Amino acid sequence: MCLAVPMKVIDLHGDNMGVAELGGTHYNVELSLIPDVKIGNYVIVHAGYAIEMLDEEEANERLEFFSHMAEAYQADSEE
Amino acid sequence: MKYIEGFRNADAGKQFAREIAIEGVKLATQNRVIRLMEVCGSHTMAISRYGIRDILPDNIELLSGPGCPVCVTDAAYIDAAIELASRGHIISTFGDMIKVPGSEQNLALARSDAADVRVCYSPLESIELAKDNPDREVVFLAIGFETTMAPLTTLIPRAVREGVDNFSLLTAFKLVPPALFALLSDPAVNVDGFICPAHVSTIIGSDAYRPIVEKHSVPCVICGFEPLDILYGIKNLANQLANDRPVLENQYSRVVKPQGNKTAQKLIETYLEPTDASWRGIGIIPQSGLVIRQGFSKFDASIKFSVSTEGGEPDINCRCGDVLRGTIRPSDCPMFGSECTPANPVGPCMVSSEGSCAAHYKYAR
Repeated sequence: MCLAVPMKVIDLHGDNMGVAELGGTHYNVELSLIPDVKIGNYVIVHAGYAIEMLDEEEANERLEFFSHMAEAYQADSEE
Repeated sequence: MKYIEGFRNADAGKQFAREIAIEGVKLATQNRVIRLMEVCGSHTMAISRYGIRDILPDNIELLSGPGCPVCVTDAAYIDAAIELASRGHIISTFGDMIKVPGSEQNLALARSDAADVRVCYSPLESIELAKDNPDREVVFLAIGFETTMAPLTTLIPRAVREGVDNFSLLTAFKLVPPALFALLSDPAVNVDGFICPAHVSTIIGSDAYRPIVEKHSVPCVICGFEPLDILYGIKNLANQLANDRPVLENQYSRVVKPQGNKTAQKLIETYLEPTDASWRGIGIIPQSGLVIRQGFSKFDASIKFSVSTEGGEPDINCRCGDVLRGTIRPSDCPMFGSECTPANPVGPCMVSSEGSCAAHYKYAR
């Protein structure tokens, strides 16, 4: 029920509506809950509504940490 | 699929499994078994789908909590929706709701009896539906926790703006933090730490859980719904418990802010007000629900059409209430997998794709 996925905003229309992209597919998205959104931002979309922006810096830091975890596993497995 | 795939790296997952095993050994030397509750149905589903339970040591147990809004919807709410459909109104709903048992039947059966029940992906469609059917009333089944409540509340100003009068919401909005407090004060419930929901927290903010950590010394870690997010959360909860150092951690900081989404909170505050709410299988939890404020009651279907959404009688043999509080596992219910299956559900935990019984049936049987 509370699933939401990150999508990239690619267009903004009037009336709090815009278009966001995920895996090559375009979706109409309602944007009134994130008034500061700009084209190019990643947003978290739930039932057709963007409920928050995704902080790319935080996401990239976490991804880097996870790739270190994967390297640690591979290094341990090779020993 | 940027910002999805990197959070599913298998090798990183295996490394987390090793590190969780180390925490398991620490806990074992203290003769401890810890029970962590994932509050949210989306976590329940992800934990089952990725087989996370299977890679944990025996002394780290995961329990599913009451975090599926479909599962905690009172039978009387379904009865009210069926009653409104029988009066000729159009019922617009998320797909999960149509098989939830009411006192006598569900919306799918009512639909086969000519009730006009439409399933939508986005609630915005229901406003369009109202515009396309100006001579009829459209009622949207507005259930949900904070995540869904915020988008659904935007429908009220939108309907006002667009002058749509034949549209209303049958609400069953519920709040997660009061339910967590209710669980912690229930002597039958035994929880050592919470895996806190990703998108409820997006709206309410991580600070909302601070009282749980401070008053009950129960650690809370907010996790995203990807498998590495969950494994990281479990590792940190186990580590906190092994070291007797319960704190609040936000592992989903790429989305969740300490104060949450203030635009959403302001919107909810403008249009909704707190009330006691009935949680199916659990009972009334004080101030755990929200209803539409009096000034906007023309959008409240329960007032507009005088129907009651509480006080329903679910099947007496159904153990969903115990499953939702984490006091039994789905397979401990005598009806699990026999009388009660996803194709023919008796209880709401088997209906919703994110219910703990449905997840257990699909992945763990």
